[in-house]
Parts: sequence; structure tokens; C-alpha cells
Amino acid sequence: MPLIETKNLWKTYKMGTEEVNALREVSISIEKGEYVAIMGPSGSGKSTLMNLIGCLDTPTQGEYKLNNRQVSSMNDDELANIRNREIGFVFQTFNLLPRATSLHNVELPLIYNGSPADLRRKMAEEALAKVELSDRMMHKPSELSGGQRQRVAIARALVNNPSILLADEPTGNLDSKTSVDIMRLFDELHREGNTIIVVTHEQDIAKRAHRVLSILDGKIASDVRVSEEGRKIL
Amino acid sequence: MILTPVEIKDSILMALSSIRANKMRAGLTILGVMIGVASVISLASIINGLDEAMNNEIDAWGSNSFYITRYAFDVDRSKLSDEDRNRPPITVGEADAINKNCPSVDGVSPQNYYFAPGGNVVKYKNRKGNRPYLMGTWPDFIKVNSLNLQAGRFITEIDQHSSAMICVLGHDLSETLFETENPLDKVIRVNGKRFTVVGVFEEKESTLGDDNENNQVTIPLSTFEKIHPWEEELFLIARGASHEVMELAEEDIINTLRIYRNVPFNKKNNFAISTQENIKDMVNNITEYIYLAMIIITSVGLMVGGIGVMNIMLVSVTERTREICVRKAIGAKRSNILLQFLTEAVTLTGAGGVIGILFGVVVGLSVNKLIGFPLTISIFWVVVGFAVSVSVGLVSGIVPAMKAAKLDPIEALRYE
Repeated sequence: MPLIETKNLWKTYKMGTEEVNALREVSISIEKGEYVAIMGPSGSGKSTLMNLIGCLDTPTQGEYKLNNRQVSSMNDDELANIRNREIGFVFQTFNLLPRATSLHNVELPLIYNGSPADLRRKMAEEALAKVELSDRMMHKPSELSGGQRQRVAIARALVNNPSILLADEPTGNLDSKTSVDIMRLFDELHREGNTIIVVTHEQDIAKRAHRVLSILDGKIASDVRVSEEGRKIL
Repeated sequence: MILTPVEIKDSILMALSSIRANKMRAGLTILGVMIGVASVISLASIINGLDEAMNNEIDAWGSNSFYITRYAFDVDRSKLSDEDRNRPPITVGEADAINKNCPSVDGVSPQNYYFAPGGNVVKYKNRKGNRPYLMGTWPDFIKVNSLNLQAGRFITEIDQHSSAMICVLGHDLSETLFETENPLDKVIRVNGKRFTVVGVFEEKESTLGDDNENNQVTIPLSTFEKIHPWEEELFLIARGASHEVMELAEEDIINTLRIYRNVPFNKKNNFAISTQENIKDMVNNITEYIYLAMIIITSVGLMVGGIGVMNIMLVSVTERTREICVRKAIGAKRSNILLQFLTEAVTLTGAGGVIGILFGVVVGLSVNKLIGFPLTISIFWVVVGFAVSVSVGLVSGIVPAMKAAKLDPIEALRYE
């Protein structure tokens, strides 16, 4: 049974009097443990797809099943709950709370599912250790480098043991060396069994994935599985 | 919309930390609420104090007393009918009639005051009194008003009959005129007339600042009438023989006065008789109006404070759109966000309330110290002040909090 399964997803936005179809008949299925890159030029609908997969938005038409649960018909609070438990977001601009320490930033998802304080702290410390930031727990984002900030964000995404790690241009604001570090971390997380979906328009990033979904004008243009050997050639 | 205790506690902690992060703004925001609450507390303390002081003052007059005047204390003289306007004044004759015909009354004290233009001039050697009151009365005055002498004697029947040029001084006046000298048998000048001092009153505990009894020259009523024959109108205090006969005494007085003043049986009294309780009621009526005015004035202040809080909270929501959206993206429910912003607003105004209460008490105390105004700090108003400040937070925080809770997480995340 696939982790993510969409059937004929449509997303239509109203721009004034005109209707814009951001997504048209998107049907994909992603298994647990896959490492998928979603690629496409800007305006292709990849962000819309990411919002739908990430349960930030609901489709205009079609079905979306996450972990065999029908997401397309959920209300706001149910979606919040799913986001909290099933999805770990990593954003291009990190989106950490600027005035909170790394530890508090990582604890935040646990606060919203009502975990007790001591458990929260333990889990947050473990997540920060996984991204090798145990020595930066009490630092605020402004006291960290870009790469470190993104690693805090990844720790925050992982802390709840979500089903999917959903990253939107995770290296868009980082220099190339740091980007490589972050992508190596993704590789490692994938090896540990996490399902990873990366939205990007950079070939270098997409190359690391095992499957590349190209999207163009709101439709899936190609769905390519890349073997180990293939990645080496690329 | 159900939150666990852990979520509630964390929302509060988050609210506190974001207030801490914006100290200057938070300080300015709570200033408005603080001033509003401070004015509630200080005004309420002062009005409470005034109320209590007036009640004490009335209590001090004695509960067995009747006050007989031409018009009731609370009557609006500009709205009198012609018949009422022509009521004859209360004179010594009424006092005599009560004395003779009311066995249930054991003392009558007619009291007549004279105020010279620019103040009464009372002199001894080169020392001058501080514009004292001048009162003419009967020997019963001291009994009816439950006063005591510190030295000498009070006015006697003989003084009254002979219109003696003698006087009894209030405590403060005596000190001003005589300092360390013994005032008894000394001659002072009252508006140019020579009077011999025969007694000095004990100091009277004063609740309302300057008390006339302490700064007063008391002379026999007959002497007063000789000097100021046109000052005809006076008021009477009559004392019931005991608490038990008060009703009887009131009836006796009313009947006596109706006969004396030739009131036809089908007309109402052309005089007013009040007891301590009546007067208290009147005073309480007045303070109720003052309270009402205070509540209106201070609610304007609190409303302005509340608008300030709402304004800042709206700015804060707009400014923190990204933060709110991130929180929602990682699992915050609408209720989490709503609670967080409501808590922020309530914490701001609650803190303003607490500071305002302290500030209001300090203002009240300073007014009390500086001009000796009576002051009563009541727990009731402190509680009301705090409750009101919290409600201001809830009311002015609800709109911004709902705005924040309704934010769509993709709105802020889509645009970089």
C-alpha cells in the first residue's frame, strides 16, 4: 500500500474572473522509504503539489490518501493534526522562530501535540544530536550559520518521526558547499528509512533522488526512477 | 477547539516570551490600560473615603437627633412652588414651642450662623483668627451635639436671658488667639464687639478636613439676635429623649410645629424634619451619582487603552504572519493560535491592571498625604480594576487573535 496516493487531483485558483488550473489530473503514488524529487520551472504547479502533499491545502477535485487516510475531505484542525504527526517541513528560508533557541524551535511541533515538557526536551535533544548540533542547543537562529539553521529546521521536521520529510528548495538559500552538506544529510536520513520528497528546480539536487517527478503546466510530464548506477552516470 | 492543559500552559509561556521580546512596545501598550485602571482605583478610593467620612460625620451628630429646617437638604430651590417659596423661616419661636410642648424631646438647639463679608474678624491683642464661624445658640447646644469642654463653662440660661457678651471658643481658634496663654476671662473682639471668653471646646476629631466646630465662636442666641437682628432664619436640632421614643418624638415635633406655624389640616408640612438616616440616604444618593460619573469617565480611559491594545495586537499579527504560518504548518491548530494571541493581549492588559492598581493606590495616598483628603482603598475596587483590565484584554484581543487563527499557512509560505 502506497504512503501517498493521489487520484486525479485538480487545484483551481480564481484570479479575478479567470480560473487558473494550477494542477490538472495529477495521479501519483509514492511508497514508504522513497526519495523523490519534484522538479519543474516556476509556475509549473510544483509548489501547489507540495502544499497538497503537505496537507497545507486541500484539492478542488480528486482524492488524496496519506497513510491510507483520506486527506482531501479533512477540516482545518484535522489537517493541522496530520501536518503535526505525519509531515516534517523543511523550507527554503528555514522559517525558524527568530527569538527562540534551537532547542525551543525543535520542541515546537511537540508542543502542539501536547507532549509533556520532559519528553519534549529529550526528543528535541535527540533530533538535534542527529543533525550534529548538540553544542548549539541554546543558540538563537541569528547566532547560527545558514547551514546550521537549515539543520535546526531539519531537526524540527524530524522530531515527531513523521512519515514524510517534505523539503521545499532546501538549499535555495545556501552556498554550494553547505548545500552539499545538507544533501548528504538527506541521503543519510533516507538510508535510515525516511521517506523524503524534495521540491527543487536544481538538477544537482534532483540527481540525488531515486525518482524524479517532472511537472509542467500543472501536469506530471515525466516520472523517472533512477537506479543506483544511473545516478552515478548522472 | 479543545486544548490539553499542556497546550494551554505552553500557549501562555509562548505569549509571555513574545511580550518579553518586545519590551518597549509592550510597555507603551500597557500604559493606556495602566492609566485607565489607575484612575479607577484612585478615584474610587477617594470617593469611597469621602463617602465614609461623610457618614462618620453624620454619625457623630448623634442618632437621636432631628434636623428641622425650612426646606429639605436635597430640595432644588429653583423649582419651588409659590406656596413653598413663601414658607415662613424657622425661628426661635419654633424652638420654644418644641421645648414647651414635646415631652419626648429632651433638648433643642437653635443654631444661627453669621458670615461677615470677607470673613468674621476675631482678634485678641495683635493675633487674629483664621476667618472663624460665628454661631448663636442655646445652652442645650452642647448636650444636643454631644460636645465636651476642655476648660471653663458653656453658655447658661442666665447668659441667654441677659444677652451676655460672653463666648465659647473652638479648640483651634483658641490656640490661634491665645497660644500658651490661658484664654479664660480674657476679652476678645468679634467683628468689633467685645466678648469675654468663658470656655473652650475640646478638639473635635475631624474627618472632612477643616471642621467648623474647631474654628468657631459660640455666643448666646439672644446676644446674636441683638447684634444681627435681620439674621432671622436658623435651623434647629432637637434630641429625642431616648432611642425608643424617636417615632413619638418626631410626631410630637411635627404636631407642635404645625400648630405653631398655623398649617391647615389639609396642607402638607411647611418645614422639613430629617433624621440621621434621611441625611445618610441623601449623601449616599449623591455619592451614587459621583460613582456613576467616575465610571463613565474612567471607561473612556479604559476604552482608549483597549483600542491601543487592539491596534498593537493587529500590527503584531500582521508582522508575525510568517511566524503564525510556520506554527500552523508544523501543527498548530486554530485554537492554539487564538489562545496564544488572546493570552498575549490579556497578559498585557493584566500587567497594566496590576501596575495601574499600584499606581492608583500611590496617587490616592499622595492626595491623602498632600491635602488630607480622606481615603479608603477597597478590595472591591481593586478586584474590579483587575477584572476590568483582563476583560479589556479579552475584548480587544479577540479580533486580532481571530485574524491570526484564520491565517492560511500557505499565504506566507508561498511568497519569499
